[in-house]
Amino acid sequence: MSNMMLKIENLHAGIDGKEILKGINLEVNAGQVHAIMGPNGSGKSTMSNVLVGHPAYQVTEGKVTFQGRDLLAMSAEERSHQGLFMSFQYPVEIPGVSMTNFMRTAINEKRKALGQQPLAPTEFLKLIKEKRDLVKLDAKFMNRSVNEGFSGGEKKRNEIFQMAMLEPSLSILDETDSGLDIDALRIVADGVNRLRSPETSVIVITHYQRLLDYIKPDVVHVLYQGRIIKTAGPELALELEQCGYDWVIKEFEDSGK
Amino acid sequence: MKFEQNYIDIFNQNRALIDQGSAGALNALRDKALDCLERNGLPHKGLEEYLHTDVAHWFEPDWGMNLSRLDMHVDLAQAFRCNVPNLSTLLYFLANDEFALSDTAAKASLPDGVFVGSLRRAAKELPAIVESHYGTLADMDRPGIAAVNTMFAQDGLMIYVPDGVILDKPLQLVTLLHSPVDLMVNRRILIVLGRGAQLRLLLCDHALAANNFLTTQIVEAFAGAGSSLELYDLEETHNANLRVSEFYINQEADSNVEADFVTLHNGQTRNSVFSTFVGRGSNLSLNGIATIDREQHVDNMTFVDHRVSDCTSNELFKYVLDDNASGAFAGKVLVRHGAQHTESQQTNRNICLTRQARMFTQPQLEIYADDVKCSHGATVGQLDEKAMFYMRQRGIPEKEARMMLMQAFVGEVIGHIALEPLHDRLNRLVEKRFRGELSQCEGCRACRE
Repeated sequence: MSNMMLKIENLHAGIDGKEILKGINLEVNAGQVHAIMGPNGSGKSTMSNVLVGHPAYQVTEGKVTFQGRDLLAMSAEERSHQGLFMSFQYPVEIPGVSMTNFMRTAINEKRKALGQQPLAPTEFLKLIKEKRDLVKLDAKFMNRSVNEGFSGGEKKRNEIFQMAMLEPSLSILDETDSGLDIDALRIVADGVNRLRSPETSVIVITHYQRLLDYIKPDVVHVLYQGRIIKTAGPELALELEQCGYDWVIKEFEDSGK
Repeated sequence: MKFEQNYIDIFNQNRALIDQGSAGALNALRDKALDCLERNGLPHKGLEEYLHTDVAHWFEPDWGMNLSRLDMHVDLAQAFRCNVPNLSTLLYFLANDEFALSDTAAKASLPDGVFVGSLRRAAKELPAIVESHYGTLADMDRPGIAAVNTMFAQDGLMIYVPDGVILDKPLQLVTLLHSPVDLMVNRRILIVLGRGAQLRLLLCDHALAANNFLTTQIVEAFAGAGSSLELYDLEETHNANLRVSEFYINQEADSNVEADFVTLHNGQTRNSVFSTFVGRGSNLSLNGIATIDREQHVDNMTFVDHRVSDCTSNELFKYVLDDNASGAFAGKVLVRHGAQHTESQQTNRNICLTRQARMFTQPQLEIYADDVKCSHGATVGQLDEKAMFYMRQRGIPEKEARMMLMQAFVGEVIGHIALEPLHDRLNRLVEKRFRGELSQCEGCRACRE
């Protein structure tokens, strides 16, 4: 089972005492792309937030194993150091903290946690240049405050830029396609694809098929009322795009849960 | 209990001694000052302007004053280096309230007609200039400490820059509190800039000894037509320090003034700023930072008086309060009848890091002209939790993320400061402050030992 990236077993979690995830089971292998789809309010964002350790969410039951380690025992920053990344649906603006300072701190904190020396300034600048090119992010953004004054598309490209800088083993893309025009979508998807490798995995959380045209999933799951009610191959996403979720929900309810 | 009575008695008993240790215009105003103090008393909590800082209580102890001008033996060169890297200044000292020169300043040749030195000496050497300015801005009838300061002040700093003279090198005045016993210090600074004159002045307020200190300070600054004044006031004292300071700024036509107030470390501080536009086409930039913790208290009160048209004032004050610290900001902008085309913006933002920290903010806009652009904003809040989580997701530990957010918050004000070499120094000091490495002030002997 050394191929296992992430294993979620019977995960129950919620916010403010309200249970939203009601027993999630999911296995993601290294090298795989999983898509998680589902109607609004099904628990998609809760799931990604719980996985990255957002302090507002409480896990009440279950187990999550990430590369053989107990994920839920780690702080948000430790999860990041161990190679977990989430592209935010709404990237946060941080006035007064420059992108360069932000990225340098993030990279060097990770290196410190892994027992490595801080990156030399020249190497750091080289890395920035290389990764910016990947998502066609202009150099001028590096002197600006994090996400401040970025357009919607620039913010999402900035997320993938940060992903490229941090080289995570598992990336969660939380509705990364929302608010993107077709060109920006292509740039973002292209960036993600170029970062794929047999050692890294991606979980794509999305409402729509269109991002999956560019980032081809190996497995597609449907999340509904805090549970995964259907798992199938990439063809499932196309079916959902054409017919909606009703038939999946009906099939699930007819099966008597 | 009226705490002023003790000071009225001390004054009456020591009047001859006080006069003897001072000169000219300083002595000439003492009777009027006594009269004002007797009528108005010290500023207390019952007055709206002093609601959050009961300055009168600070006068309760029977403070000692150095009225006979005993030499306090402050070894200036040994005691202190308040360095601003990459910034060369002409350095002057006020040891408690006594003027002293540094070696470099003593050797420096200032442009013709410029006076930088002891106010007491100026009262003798430049009597006309001192007489026509000293005490003319500081209003002893308004609630405050102008009266008590004027009664006791014997010396201080005088800067006179004649018409058209530009002082390239910034001046730095380091005020050092040093005494074997608890001490009350009454300091006075008078700045007179002629037409088109330019001055940059850095005021660094430090306490060298761990005793209790009470400082009263009056700064009167006259910015002549077309002149430029930058005034940077930086306080790094200790928890047993009480400071009440009043800054009066008078701006004639087309003058530019920047005044910044930074409280990095202190005990209890009250700064009042009274700024008046008397000539058109002038600009004022007022900024402030307070980084306080434990039981520390900072109260900044500003009053910007737009008496004439076509002037601009911008204010930005930010506080970060930790532990049980408390802060207050009251900013009044008065746009008088006829002061058309006034542009005024005032912002006060505050972060309380604990539930115990308290901040009181009170923006006040009074406008009697109809063609003006005025705005104000005030907030009290916590660090942005969303930003904090975003940073942690990227691997920045919570403690580091907090630090970066606080730095960024205060950094906005630092960015407004015109004197660029100060940015690095302030950023570094603020970072040290937030990391808890600046338990007192950097560089002073009391802290180093």
